[in-house]
Amino acid sequence: MKVDALNMGYRELNTMIKTACDDVIIENCCGQRYIGAGLEEKNIIINGTPGNALGAYLNGAVIKVNGNVQDAVGDTMNDGKIIVDGDAGDALGYAMRGGKIFVRGNAGYRTGIHMKEYMDKKPIIVVGGKVGSFLGEYLAGGLIIVLGLNSEEMPVGNFVGTGMHNGAIIIRYKEELKGLSPQVSAEIANESDIEEIKPILTEYADNFDMNIEELLSDRFYILKANTKNPFKQLYTAN
Amino acid sequence: MEPRFEDGRWNTMAINFIYPEYEVIRNYDRCIFCKVCERQCANEVHKYIEEIKENGQINKRFETDDSKCVNCQRCVAFCPTRALKIVKSDNTYKESTNWDSKTMNELYKQANSGGVLLSSMGNPLEYPVYFDKILLNASQVTNPSIDPLREPMETKVFLGAKPSTIERNENGKIIPNLQPHLKLSIPVMFAAMSYGSVSYNVHESLARAAEELGIYYNTGEGGLHEDLYRYGKNTIVQVASGRFGVHKDYLECGAAIEIKMGQGAKPGIGGHLPGAKIVGDVSRTRMIPEGSDAISPAPHHDIYSIEDLRQLVYSLKEATNYKKPVIVKVAAVHNITAIASGIARSGADIIAIDGFRGGTGAAPTRIRDHVGIPIELALASVDQRLRDEGIRNNVGLVVSGSIRSSADVVKAVALGADAVYIGTAALMALGCHLCRNCHTGKCNWGIATQRPELAKRLNPEVGYKRLVNLLTAWEHEIKEMMGGMGINSIESLKGNRLMLRGIGLNNKELEILGIKYAGE
Repeated sequence: MKVDALNMGYRELNTMIKTACDDVIIENCCGQRYIGAGLEEKNIIINGTPGNALGAYLNGAVIKVNGNVQDAVGDTMNDGKIIVDGDAGDALGYAMRGGKIFVRGNAGYRTGIHMKEYMDKKPIIVVGGKVGSFLGEYLAGGLIIVLGLNSEEMPVGNFVGTGMHNGAIIIRYKEELKGLSPQVSAEIANESDIEEIKPILTEYADNFDMNIEELLSDRFYILKANTKNPFKQLYTAN
Repeated sequence: MEPRFEDGRWNTMAINFIYPEYEVIRNYDRCIFCKVCERQCANEVHKYIEEIKENGQINKRFETDDSKCVNCQRCVAFCPTRALKIVKSDNTYKESTNWDSKTMNELYKQANSGGVLLSSMGNPLEYPVYFDKILLNASQVTNPSIDPLREPMETKVFLGAKPSTIERNENGKIIPNLQPHLKLSIPVMFAAMSYGSVSYNVHESLARAAEELGIYYNTGEGGLHEDLYRYGKNTIVQVASGRFGVHKDYLECGAAIEIKMGQGAKPGIGGHLPGAKIVGDVSRTRMIPEGSDAISPAPHHDIYSIEDLRQLVYSLKEATNYKKPVIVKVAAVHNITAIASGIARSGADIIAIDGFRGGTGAAPTRIRDHVGIPIELALASVDQRLRDEGIRNNVGLVVSGSIRSSADVVKAVALGADAVYIGTAALMALGCHLCRNCHTGKCNWGIATQRPELAKRLNPEVGYKRLVNLLTAWEHEIKEMMGGMGINSIESLKGNRLMLRGIGLNNKELEILGIKYAGE
């Protein structure tokens, strides 16, 4: 079903999407919010710029955006896939617990905060460009990959992984990583680490017609929670 | 290092020593050595010692480690001959008003350990309890009271946004434009207590009591156990900053969704449930691996402004098709009126305010005791401010933070609340004796623990009936008090400050509460 979202409010647009029996293509999307909130089993293609909270609580649907997205994409996402052929805003994938988000370009501040994994549900965010500060704060599980493909600069900002206690962050960068938080320990990824992320990077490359060999050519860092300095307050019972 | 009493001796340096706060007194004339006290105490205070002397005589006694006693009253309640009592130790420091023994001991604990003081349950310090300084009216002579035996008393409450206008179609019939509401048989609900901080049996007791009474209970931020989904229509599901166990089915299951921005016991800070408590079903319900810590950040890192809050409210409504009311819970702090006004304009259907006496499983002592304001003052000023702005009817107002009796409920409604949440009172109905040691996880009454051998001590069959008992009694008392005032519907009591008078309050307090002085 094709929907022309020109001058359409978000409530009307979202009702049309929810009641559609088959897949939906949205044209002239301009800032409508909450598209795909809690959506299961559907394929949505968005041409334009969707508003905030795209795919919040997403529960299985696949959303492809030909353009940029705004803030709070994939908030508390449970399952499904969001593919952004453009840049993403702030607070990408907050408290995400499953599914995948792929961004071709850059993402903003507060990417992947407090993601968590459980059993076979493992959330994954892959960003092709760079991200802003506070990447993976309070990370409790899942995987974030930042590739920094479009520039030679460090692809992450300050305060990476503050309060991280589980999960992993992978950063592609040929120089020394700086500005990491004390709760994070960083090592250069070895061959078996790369083998583990090859399938997800292959999927990412296929989605954006990229060359996988080019992606794997550089140095990758793997960041994990520093078990010797766990995020913990010293309490005394009172 | 924690001072320990082992083999009849203290193993600590004298400078670390703090005399135990409580002493266990055993009356050996009554003790029959049944040893139920030893079996019941998870803190291992009582140790039965049997010695056979040289002349063949058997000497029975108990070795008591007072330093481990938290005064939960479990052994006292279970002793069949009432041989036990717990008394405050009369080992005293020299008395001083500002350096009292509590203040001194807290300082010693910090010098010993370097740690942040951690406490449980609500603020116990001596701040004014405004409910105890407010008196209720009764009708006489000019306006007779109503006898609840003869006339029906309406205690039913609908929580949610009221429409500002009635819309009719071309035939004159009313067009239903009501937002979704919660329907309560009495203006009392069970407050949010997360699964993980309390045991499963507590949640089952609350759910079943809520169903039987026609009210609601709140899951707290630990998610909803799958066995309790069947009580969904009496369940308020909570979305806190950690978003534990939050997924589409969870949101759809509940009758309402509550966004927890803060709680009265620890305004402004987050929470941290240690990995040791994330076991078994707690791990599965929160959807985090066993042994991993459950950290709830402060703030929600996707809500940095009132506009962000509005966005979260509407994202939840979109995900659940606008079928469920959304509640926003905040702690009572300074400028609560401006905060409440913002929430009312954010699209939330109900505002829940938690006063500074609110309980908790664990919170830093200083935050619990010194941050936040009394619910009575917060409620009165929020109700007045929303009325002044003409938006009082856009939201329901629920308050909590040490609602202890039906009198507190009536006073809260008269100050402007639509309903109240009870937390500590509900746990007390289930057996809590306010020993304030929930953070140890060794609750002898089976409430604030995940240890199976302790949690099974709380039988939901018994527990839910006690909750029903409590609120049925409160319902009768509320009706009695309303009838005495000459009111037969809770709607007429709501915000009816004329039914209240203050006593022992200064002009400023009277002004903020919006009530007159007794005698006026």
